Amino acid sequence: MKKTLSVKTQILLTVVFIALFGILLSSAEQNLNSYFIRIISLIGIFSIMAVSLTLVNGVSGMLSLGHAGFIAIGAYTSSLLTMTVQQKEASFILTGVAFPLNTEILSNMPFFWATLIGGIAAAIMAFAVGWPSMRLAGDYLAITTLGFAEIIRIILLNWSKITNGSLGLKGIPSYTNVWWSWGWLMITLIVIGSFVKSSYGRALRAIRDDPIAAKSMGINVFKHQLTSFVISGFFAGVSGSLYAHWLTSIDPKPTTLGISLTFNILIMIVLGGLGSLSGAVIGAGLFAVLSELLRVVESDITIFGLTIPGISGMRMLVFSALFIIMMIFWQKGIMGRNELTWNSLYKGFRKIGKRGVGVE
Amino acid sequence: MLYALIAVGYTMVYGILKLINFAHGEIFMMSIFFTFYAITVAGMPWWLGMITGIAGGALLGMLVDKIAYKPLRNAPRISALITAIGVSMFIQSLAIVLFGGIPESFRGVYPDFFDKIFTIGGEVVEKRGREIVINAVRIPSITLITFVVTLITFLILWFILYKTKVGMAMRAVSMDTKAVALMGISVDRIIGLTFALGSALAAIGGILWVGKYPQVWPVIGFMPGLKAFVAAVIGGIGSVSGAVIGGLILGLIEIIAVGVMPQMAGYRDAFAFIILILLLSIKPSGIMGKRELVKV
Repeated sequence: MKKTLSVKTQILLTVVFIALFGILLSSAEQNLNSYFIRIISLIGIFSIMAVSLTLVNGVSGMLSLGHAGFIAIGAYTSSLLTMTVQQKEASFILTGVAFPLNTEILSNMPFFWATLIGGIAAAIMAFAVGWPSMRLAGDYLAITTLGFAEIIRIILLNWSKITNGSLGLKGIPSYTNVWWSWGWLMITLIVIGSFVKSSYGRALRAIRDDPIAAKSMGINVFKHQLTSFVISGFFAGVSGSLYAHWLTSIDPKPTTLGISLTFNILIMIVLGGLGSLSGAVIGAGLFAVLSELLRVVESDITIFGLTIPGISGMRMLVFSALFIIMMIFWQKGIMGRNELTWNSLYKGFRKIGKRGVGVE
Repeated sequence: MLYALIAVGYTMVYGILKLINFAHGEIFMMSIFFTFYAITVAGMPWWLGMITGIAGGALLGMLVDKIAYKPLRNAPRISALITAIGVSMFIQSLAIVLFGGIPESFRGVYPDFFDKIFTIGGEVVEKRGREIVINAVRIPSITLITFVVTLITFLILWFILYKTKVGMAMRAVSMDTKAVALMGISVDRIIGLTFALGSALAAIGGILWVGKYPQVWPVIGFMPGLKAFVAAVIGGIGSVSGAVIGGLILGLIEIIAVGVMPQMAGYRDAFAFIILILLLSIKPSGIMGKRELVKV
C-alpha cells in the first residue's frame, strides 16, 4: 500500500466531497426549518472569521485582537452598499445620509460586489494598521490591535452621517444564506490554505517558531507578517459583510461588533487548535452549536419541581470558564497544529486497518 | 492621576511576569462592586466599605494568579496572554450574572463631602437675595481627595518597594526569577503578593473613580483598564515611576485635546490609542523604559 495518496486522487476526493456537501446543503435547505438553516449559515460565517484569525494568531504567531474591527468595517461598508436609498433614509432619522451614500449608484448593489468591496476596505485598513504595528512584538501588538478595534468602534459610534451613530444600521437586506456563507468559506479555505502551504506560509511558521533565526535566514519578517495580516483582514471584512446580512441590523455596541466578538472567535480557534485551519472550522462549528445548546442555561430549568430561574449572560460565563480551563489543561485543542487532509485521513484509516489485522 | 494609579498596578505585574494582566480592569470593576454592596447592602460605614473593596480586590487578584496564571508560568507567553483575556471575560460575565447588566447609581453611597465643590478666588455677587460666587476656579472635592489619596498611596508603595524585604524580593524577581529562587525565596509567594498589591492599587483607583463618575456596571473596567495599560506603555512598561508619568501625561493629553477641540469630545477614548500607536512606532520602549537586548 502506498503511504500517501496521489495528487490526482486528492483533487478527485475534494471535488467529490464538495459535490456531496453541496447536495447535503441543498437537501438541508429544503427539509430543515429556517432556524436550523440560519445556524448552518452562521457556522459558515464563524468559520470564515476563525480561519482568517487563525492565519494571524495561529500560523503567523502574532496575537491580534483587532479582528472585530475589520469585521465591523466589512459589515458597515457592505451594508451601506446593499441597502436601498429608501431604507437608508428610513434608518438615518437623526442626521440624514451623507452625500455619496444617498445616490443610486452606491445603493442596492449586488451582494457579491458589496462583500468584495467590504473585504477590500478591511484589507486596506489592515494594511494601514499593520504598517506601524507589525514592527512590534507580541504583547504590544495585541494591545495596539485591540486599541485599533476600539478606535474603529468609536468612529462608528460618532460619525453619524455615515454610520448612523449609536442607532446602527437597520433593515439590511438579509441576503446571507447557506450558499453565500459556505461558498465564501470555500474560497477562504482555498486561498488561505494555499497561502499557508506556499513558501510564504512556511516562512510564516518559521517566524512564529523563532523570529530571530528566521530573520538570519534572510526572511523578510515585516513583509511576510504584513501580507498575512492584510489577507486575514480581507477575509475578516468578507465575513463581516456576511454577518451583517445575516443579522440584518448592526450597531457599534461592544457586544455586536466589538471585543466580545473577538473573544468569541478566539474561543473558536483555541477550541479547534491554534494554528490549524481545519481546526478553526471545527471550532467554529462547535462554538455555534454549543452556544445554541447553552441557551438552556439561560432559560428556566425545572428539576424535580424546583425551578431554577435562567440568568442571562450565563452562556458567556460558561464559555469563558471553558476557555480558561482549555488554556490551562488542553492547550492543543482538537486539532493541535495538524491539518485534516485526505492524507491524514488515509493514514488514520490505515492505522485502524492494521490494528484490525493485528487482532485477528 | 487615576490612570497613574491603575497603571502602576499593571506595570508591577508586567515587570514580574512579563504578562499583560487583562483582568486588571475587571479587578477595578469588581472592587467597585464590593464597595458598593458593602456599603449599601451590608450597611457598613463608608470607610469600612472602601477597605472591604480594596481587600476584596487584592484577594481577587491573588486568586486570579493562583487559578489561571500559575499553571501557565512555563508556557509560551502568548498562551498566558490569551488566558488573561479569558480571565477578563470570565470576571466580566461573572459580574453580569451576579450583579446584572444594569448600571447602578453610586450617588449617595459616599458621604456628602465627596460631592462638595471648593472655589478659589472669584468675587461674591448678590443676585436675587442670594450670594453666589462667580469667576472662580471650581475644584470638586473628589479631585482633591483623589490627589491626596494617590500621593499617599504612592508614598506607601515606595516604602513597600524600597524599604521592606518583600519589596526587595519583588524587585529582585522582576530582574532575575531563577536567581531569586536559588536564594531561597518563594517566587510564587512574591508573585502572589505582587498581584495583591497591584490589584489593591486598581481597587483604590476604582473607588476614587466612582467618586467622580458615580455609576457602576460590569463593563466599567474595560476602558480605564485599557487606558491604564496605554499609560504604562507610554511611561515604559515595567517601570513604576514611568507608569506614574505616563498616567499623568495621558490624563493631561485627554483633557487638553477635548478642551482644544470640543467637537471631537466623542472621540476622547480614541486619543489614548492614537498616542500609543504613535509612541510605539517612534520609541517602543516608552519614556522611562530600558531597551531590552534579546540574545539568540
